[in-house]
Amino acid sequence: MTDEIRHEWPLYEVFVRAKRGLNHVHVGSLRAADHEMALHHARDLYTRRNEGVSIWVVRSDDVAASSPGDKEAFFAPSGDKMYRHPTYYAIPDSVPHI
Amino acid sequence: MSFDDAYEALTDHADDSRWAYGTGFADPLAGVDTAVPDGADRAELAAYCLMLGDDALIMSHRLQQWVTRLPELEDELAIANIALDLLGQARLLFARAAEVEGAGRDEDAYAFLRAEGEFRNVRLTERADADFAHLVARLLAFATWRLALLDRLTASADPVLAAVAAKGVKEVTYHRDYAAQWVVRLGDGTGLSHERMQAATDAVTPLLAELFVPHETELRLVRAGVAVDPAATREEFDDVWARVLAAATLRPFPPAASAGEAPAEAGPEAGPAGGLEAGADGGLDGGLGAGPARGLDGGLGAGPAGGLGAGLGAGLGAGLGAGADAGAGGRHGVHTAAMAEILAELQGVARSVPGGVW
Repeated sequence: MTDEIRHEWPLYEVFVRAKRGLNHVHVGSLRAADHEMALHHARDLYTRRNEGVSIWVVRSDDVAASSPGDKEAFFAPSGDKMYRHPTYYAIPDSVPHI
Repeated sequence: MSFDDAYEALTDHADDSRWAYGTGFADPLAGVDTAVPDGADRAELAAYCLMLGDDALIMSHRLQQWVTRLPELEDELAIANIALDLLGQARLLFARAAEVEGAGRDEDAYAFLRAEGEFRNVRLTERADADFAHLVARLLAFATWRLALLDRLTASADPVLAAVAAKGVKEVTYHRDYAAQWVVRLGDGTGLSHERMQAATDAVTPLLAELFVPHETELRLVRAGVAVDPAATREEFDDVWARVLAAATLRPFPPAASAGEAPAEAGPEAGPAGGLEAGADGGLDGGLGAGPARGLDGGLGAGPAGGLGAGLGAGLGAGLGAGADAGAGGRHGVHTAAMAEILAELQGVARSVPGGVW
């Protein structure tokens, strides 16, 4: 085997929308040669127990992710701002349907 | 958690199952009438269920043998899923056969306690795959044919067969898609992958003629509105096969497989069709087209009975190898030598521990 074929398929992230779920949820990753194959593989790996009705795949290197080093600056500031939750406010009895 | 309530307005389900994975399973036969349709002979309907069930069982077994040997982890799952789909179809068909036959046999009895000559699967299903290209070529042929068959079977007068077919159509559609994608990927890939994919589709074509030859049981059930005449799937098969191979830049429909209809033209066509490749390929095609295909016509014309037995089957298998399409086929219980090997494995435990339960 002089012309041995070496390859490593790129990594894809898989998002599945559950049968009656509202949004696509990240369920894992897989390797595939292209988007078409990634969808096939995602179907075979992540929906074989009747989990989903819709699949998204995206190349892992196309995902821009926040860095763990930014954690303080990114997320800590929202930790003490209770008033951003609607439940922070008392709703007057005169406001219906909430 | 009162802010979860906002979501309730968006769904009509009050339970938690909308968040759960793997819920909402359905029984494909729920509410289906199980009466045997008028005009259908019980024994023949049972035999027909076994034909379609055996195709699925033996193909499934061959696919299972690939698990742990496939080139990628993802394809392990894909092939295992396909094998399980087919096993599920086999079980439903065997269960229907048992119900119709009414002789006290069950699914296991059909799978594990029958002799080689009692299996009715087409010989395409029992062929061993030399490599992954052979696997996807064979799977493409099988799924294309079975999809055409099941699609028509959804209109069967037997409500159970119609329901099994309706379930199977969705599964086999994916099998065909999976196989076609690989055939195109490899055929239209590198020089080496193209060459090996071409060799694989060429190796499958001699096994195709048998798929479209109706058994007398099938023909009688066609008249009762229960079965599908396999000859009626030919046009769809040829069309899909030709389109996938064209997309894969593979040699168009090789003459060997269509020789059953026009054997005299098989020889001359082999040359030009194979012209893209080296001379050796063209020669191979010519040989296949002229030999076994003519034998098929002659053999069928003579009307060989199923009683020819295993001796003939073994002889054909050993003598013709990949091109074993002469004479009576798998629908008559005549199989290639590979079938004995499959059954030795498939029935191994049932033979060594008869009636064992655990």
